[in-house]
Amino acid sequence: MIDIMAILLIFFGLFFFLSGSIGLLRLPDVFSRLHALAKADNIGLAFVTLGVIMLEPNILNDIKVVIIWLLVMAASAISSHLIARRALREHRGDD
Amino acid sequence: MIEILWFIFDIMLVLLLLALAWTTCSTQDVMRAVTLFIAMGLLLAVIWARLKAPDLALAEAVIGAGISGALLLSAIKDYPSNLMVSHRSPVMRGMINIFTIALTILMSWAVWHGIEMSDGKRLSEQVASQLSISGVSNPVTAVLLNFRAYDTLLELAVVLTAVLTVLILNEKRADHKVISPLLQGMTRWLVPLLVITSGYLLWVGAHAPGGAFQAGAMLAAAMILLQLAYPSIHQGFNLYLLRLLLVIGILIFVLVGLWMMLLNDDFLAYSPAWAGSLILIIETAATLSIATALTLAYLGGRPTGWENGLKKSASHKDSHTDNGRVK
Amino acid sequence: MISEQLLYSLAGIGLFAIGLRATLLHHMLLPRLLALNVCGAGVFLIFIAIAYAGVENMADPVPQALVLTGIVVAVSATAMALALGRRLEALKDE
Repeated sequence: MIDIMAILLIFFGLFFFLSGSIGLLRLPDVFSRLHALAKADNIGLAFVTLGVIMLEPNILNDIKVVIIWLLVMAASAISSHLIARRALREHRGDD
Repeated sequence: MIEILWFIFDIMLVLLLLALAWTTCSTQDVMRAVTLFIAMGLLLAVIWARLKAPDLALAEAVIGAGISGALLLSAIKDYPSNLMVSHRSPVMRGMINIFTIALTILMSWAVWHGIEMSDGKRLSEQVASQLSISGVSNPVTAVLLNFRAYDTLLELAVVLTAVLTVLILNEKRADHKVISPLLQGMTRWLVPLLVITSGYLLWVGAHAPGGAFQAGAMLAAAMILLQLAYPSIHQGFNLYLLRLLLVIGILIFVLVGLWMMLLNDDFLAYSPAWAGSLILIIETAATLSIATALTLAYLGGRPTGWENGLKKSASHKDSHTDNGRVK
Repeated sequence: MISEQLLYSLAGIGLFAIGLRATLLHHMLLPRLLALNVCGAGVFLIFIAIAYAGVENMADPVPQALVLTGIVVAVSATAMALALGRRLEALKDE
């Protein structure tokens, strides 16, 4: 039962990854692409993390997975910010 | 059923890898090529994990994707053109293509034949039979720092030589001016975490995936992150310390080797009772050296005041920066 | 097990071939370095594919150790080549 729940959660997460990737491919400019990617991937990763925690009985490994999730969130927020700022600067420079 | 799923997964990984490699090599924009190369490094890390080589997965994620990515991205600025177009004549291109295809077929045949003909005997059996006296229980660390310690010593020498060449050739790259408070904020959190993780990897390398290379690379990644967030931080480096750190890995390695030569008549032949501690000592020193080497390699040349680092007097005050501060 | 070994070592050969072709085709340093690194990754992949010993077992540690040192040497060699290239560019400007 828990296994099925976990797999459903992981697939739910993968759906967010998929939509984020479609956004990356389909949207027109850097900013909207970042918007699609950063948000969708963070939510997707949250669901995948939940699913993995359900599958992994060892509490220490669960803590590590949660730490990884938090770090990836922080890193994706900062890198999105840096990319967006760089793009904005170039955008202004072109005008 | 499960075999088929594994097979589909394998095919997807391989196709993605080949596609990334192809686009890395055929795109016209250098920036795009470097980005794709970093993605390929990450994918390789996944593949190492899939092929049950977790030590490699760790190293590839830190070095292949992280550090060489940073290195290449910062190097893009050094070159005048951002386009990568091949100017070979059509005849030459055809010859290169034919040569590559012929070589590929030949190599595929050789590898296929080799795998089909293999008698299933592996070096891992020899490693496993000697593992109990190596002082560590992670077979990769045992191979690196006990059975093939010579190779690792010489590899450290190769890294040192490469970095010395970098230091001889250039001054460090000009600092970039753009400062991001957000990045600085995260760096303050992340760098201590990276240092702890690096220490953990060093310690855990004795019995689980990890070791000096992964730990050193992670430490270097922390330094590179600091350098990115605080562009002037290298001015605070203590250059005496930096020189010492750069060579300490080889120094300790050779000293331990010579010491063992006095005791056991053979260079780097550890006494089994001490092997574990000796390996940890060598690995700690090697971690520091690798971290310093990779950081300096990223800087792309001598930090400011490198030449004056040894005479700390009048000439020193002329430079704009204060090199005396301890980092 | 043999099928995985074959699949991944053929992928390694493919990577090597792609890298080699691009190394020969390009003139400029940075694309060539990227291509050479792709080449090297292909060699590493062949090593580890042959070291693979099934899902339950760790891969053979000796090729793993070889590739581990290879990765570190590759990144230092890349750094050295980039430094040489930068020096060359600086000399061209003078």
